[in-house]
Amino acid sequence: MLKINQLTLAAKATFVGSALVVGAGFPATYADEASEAKGHEIAARSDRSDNGFTSSEVSAVMTLTNKAGKTSTRELSFKTLERESENVGDKGLTVFSTPRDVKGTALLSHAQILTPDNQWLYLPALKRVKRISSANKSGPFVGSEFAFEDFTSTELNKYSYDYVGEDTFGGMSVDVIERFPLYAKSGYTKQVALIDQQVFQTRKIDFYDRKGAHLKTLTLSDYREYDGGIWRAHRLEMVNHQTNKSTTLTYSDYAFKTGLKDADFVKGVLKRIR
Amino acid sequence: MPKTMTAMDEFAVKLANRVINWRWLVILATLVVTGIVFTGTANLGFSNNYRDFFSESNPELQAFEDFQDTYTKNDNFLFIIVPESGDIFTNPTLSLVEELTEKSWQIPFSSRVDSISNFQHTRAEEDDLIVEDLIAGAADLSAAEIEDKRAVALAEPLLNGQLVATDSRAVAVNVVVQYPQLDMNEVPNTVAFVRAVRDEMKAKYPGHDILLTGVSSLNVAFQEAGFNDVINMIPMMYLLLIALMVVSVRSISGTFTTVLMIAFASLIGMGAAGFASVALTPISLSAPTIILTLAIADAVHILITMRNSMRVGMDKRSALIESVRVNFLAIMVTSLTTAIGFLALNFSDAPPFWHLGNIAAVGIVAAWLMSVTFLPAMLSLLPIKAPKPSDDGGSAFFGRLAEFVVAHNKKLLYGIGAIAIALMAAVPQIEFNDQWTEYFDEGIEFRRDSDASIEYFGFYPIEFSVLAPGEGGVSEPEYLAKLDEFADWLRVQPNVTHVYSISDIMTRLNKNMHGDDPSWDKLPDDRELAAQYLLLYEISLPYGLDLNDRINIDKSASRVTAMLTNTSTTDTKIFLDSATDWLTENAPDYMKPTVPTSAQVMFTYVAERNVESMIAGNIIAVLAIGLVMIFALQSVKLGVLSIIPNGLPIVVAFGVWAVLVGTVGFSVAAVASVSLGIVVDDTVHFLAKYVRGIREKGYDRAGAIKYAFETVGSALVVNTVILVIGFAYLATSAFKINADMGLLTALAISLALIFDFLFLPALLLRGSSRFVAGSTNTNDSNKGIENA
Repeated sequence: MLKINQLTLAAKATFVGSALVVGAGFPATYADEASEAKGHEIAARSDRSDNGFTSSEVSAVMTLTNKAGKTSTRELSFKTLERESENVGDKGLTVFSTPRDVKGTALLSHAQILTPDNQWLYLPALKRVKRISSANKSGPFVGSEFAFEDFTSTELNKYSYDYVGEDTFGGMSVDVIERFPLYAKSGYTKQVALIDQQVFQTRKIDFYDRKGAHLKTLTLSDYREYDGGIWRAHRLEMVNHQTNKSTTLTYSDYAFKTGLKDADFVKGVLKRIR
Repeated sequence: MPKTMTAMDEFAVKLANRVINWRWLVILATLVVTGIVFTGTANLGFSNNYRDFFSESNPELQAFEDFQDTYTKNDNFLFIIVPESGDIFTNPTLSLVEELTEKSWQIPFSSRVDSISNFQHTRAEEDDLIVEDLIAGAADLSAAEIEDKRAVALAEPLLNGQLVATDSRAVAVNVVVQYPQLDMNEVPNTVAFVRAVRDEMKAKYPGHDILLTGVSSLNVAFQEAGFNDVINMIPMMYLLLIALMVVSVRSISGTFTTVLMIAFASLIGMGAAGFASVALTPISLSAPTIILTLAIADAVHILITMRNSMRVGMDKRSALIESVRVNFLAIMVTSLTTAIGFLALNFSDAPPFWHLGNIAAVGIVAAWLMSVTFLPAMLSLLPIKAPKPSDDGGSAFFGRLAEFVVAHNKKLLYGIGAIAIALMAAVPQIEFNDQWTEYFDEGIEFRRDSDASIEYFGFYPIEFSVLAPGEGGVSEPEYLAKLDEFADWLRVQPNVTHVYSISDIMTRLNKNMHGDDPSWDKLPDDRELAAQYLLLYEISLPYGLDLNDRINIDKSASRVTAMLTNTSTTDTKIFLDSATDWLTENAPDYMKPTVPTSAQVMFTYVAERNVESMIAGNIIAVLAIGLVMIFALQSVKLGVLSIIPNGLPIVVAFGVWAVLVGTVGFSVAAVASVSLGIVVDDTVHFLAKYVRGIREKGYDRAGAIKYAFETVGSALVVNTVILVIGFAYLATSAFKINADMGLLTALAISLALIFDFLFLPALLLRGSSRFVAGSTNTNDSNKGIENA
């Protein structure tokens, strides 16, 4: 009996020791400049693969599953306006159609790179537009396992990068890169992304939380190619490993270059949505 | 040697001869077997989850698991910061909270951290909804700003009484942890990390005390209590054992061999538990102490008989063989009944009692086998001096006692009977109390910190998953109004320190959305509006501070948490019942099925569940032990009669406990079958001698009683003293449940001796003479139990 206890105590001491070292320092990988540059290059190639899509409209169904296996769905649509500069984020308009209680609720978002996003929400029951002033970006979107930033456009300059190596995933050759959020209030310390070497799309992302523990895995599948060589995943599945909850986001067909302009992404339009 | 040898006697003599002839092989085999079984201990680990005290089929556990699957796991750490200044609204204390909140995100497996610093304070500024940390940059806040924070925090129902004490003397940081439950070291490692964080904060911010409680601290306390017991109790128990042996058998060789035998029996018991991959709890860790206590009796019987034979001039080898012969059946029967009593614990609802029962049973059987193999083999090797013929074994005293009992048998029968009935009538007054903080003694940090924390915050959460009318129903105005009413009702109940309900969030948002106009400080009266508020709020919350732990996935139920201060199990039951009654009387139909759940609810009913589940176990133990008694005494009538002196003292022990102590934890359920298995030993010895006195020696009943007293009286006293000391010693356990069980069992064993000496003889005298069937048949006279 004593023997076991001593072992436990020894293990305890080792663990605390190593945990404190990791806690105090930076992530264990020591990136050199070359691998940083390569990581950035791969991320940039992927990010730029849809340059010129101008604007898109799509509807989606979000299915939430809890640990007990119960599910719940929300239907919503997204309009996105591309902004060419890589130093500003895209503009987005999210409109909820179900659950019935929130039908017509609309979220206008001007994504920022390193500062809080600008967000306005229209509440039809209140008939008013409210600007949300919040520094929070990584919070769960409407109770799902997605943060808003997880499924909206990826902005190249939100992260620093490191190249890890090559791997295969789902029969494809993929590059593995790590990306480190630059936004101070991000809920993540690290993301590991797999980007295929053929059409340069993100296939899988592992998210690591503030203490560096594996938090979630996002798997992107059902990629379809649209005119102009633009690829979009139509099924996004996010699994939270810590809570065993998951969320699936299924998109219908995208429409591109639908003629959306800056004027369609201002506060005033929110009230006119139905 | 008696004139007639039974088959059992012949077997025993043959066995003893073989053992002595092959003694080196027997010793080697014992060492090898012990060594092999001992390797099993490598698989042993300490349990660090309070759920291990509940079986999978426990209804309260199932309800709580469902609840946790719907919302979130309830494992947590709660830091409580108490500044010496007596006011937490100062720059240093708020800085400490802010830094500790930030650091807590680094705690392994942490998924959520709540404190007044990261509380998501919402307010309106024209048409803006501002969502921000309540306290950021605490070190630089001005006195006016700090007063502003105080006003906000104390006005916020979700904070006041929960994360900040109403009188501002303490402040808390709550950390929710989600263990993957893959590795036994998860909890101890995390606790070690958390303690390091606490120590670092205490060093950095002098003048602050930091208490550490929460479910994770409770879980590790189980482990630490078990560890303390192993470190502190077992070595002391061996010293005690050696002292007892020296007094009773006065032989170094005998003591040495007995210590080895008992250590081996414990190792085999624990090794077997290892092969079954048992997670050790303080309860199962009482097994080594119990095995030791019970095994010592076997050895003492063999040694005393051997020395008595040597005293009258028998050589060592003959004395040893005679001792094995005389004790063989007695040791077998008493080991068997004791093992049955322990095995009956498998009927309990609490897995730790299954483990205790099985470990003890394995140890008892191992000790029995060794007492007729390893022990004689060793004794035949080691030098043993023949004692001087002197002492009469106290038989003169017991002769006088017998005369007294015979003379006053009527008074004794009715007097003891009346006292027994009076005490039995007190049994229903026993109150179950399973307040889990009080399971631990003050040597455990968790107990000290919990006791200290009670002054500032509640301790026992009671959860309600309040059902709404279907999907999205939590936004229904009627639901929110009833939820608010329920929360208000809960707040005024005795012992309730805080109530958390989403109706408070809704009220605040409604005010925020109307420009913080105080006239809108009320619930929204429109379902869609409430749903949209929730959506807005959910979008603006940061990582880890979502509402998923408060509202279920399809928004058809929300969670209300009532915190109770240190509350007895009885008062908790009253609270739970009145909450359920309130819902039945006041809530709409869809809300009525709402039931309370939580670890506290589980512990509130743990005693009932275990007593209930042990009813079958006790019945089986009584029947099985009764059969053994019938076999051992060779008399159906005496076997049945023996239930009275065996069963009565146990029930009376509960009565004595009810009068003297009053409250008891759930281990009470284990006491009956365990004590029954043990107390029958004395009855077996006494009745066997009584039967022998009548059948073989031809005494009348009074004579047979005197004969029984003179032959086994002192052995029974010695035996009882050892057992009582061993079980009473469990009271020094760091775990109160063991203390309850040990003291109650010790009480039952002591009472059993009184009943055997004062009540049983009277019963035999006053009862029908047909209690001993076939008293003329002397051929079978030695089939029954004989003893030194």
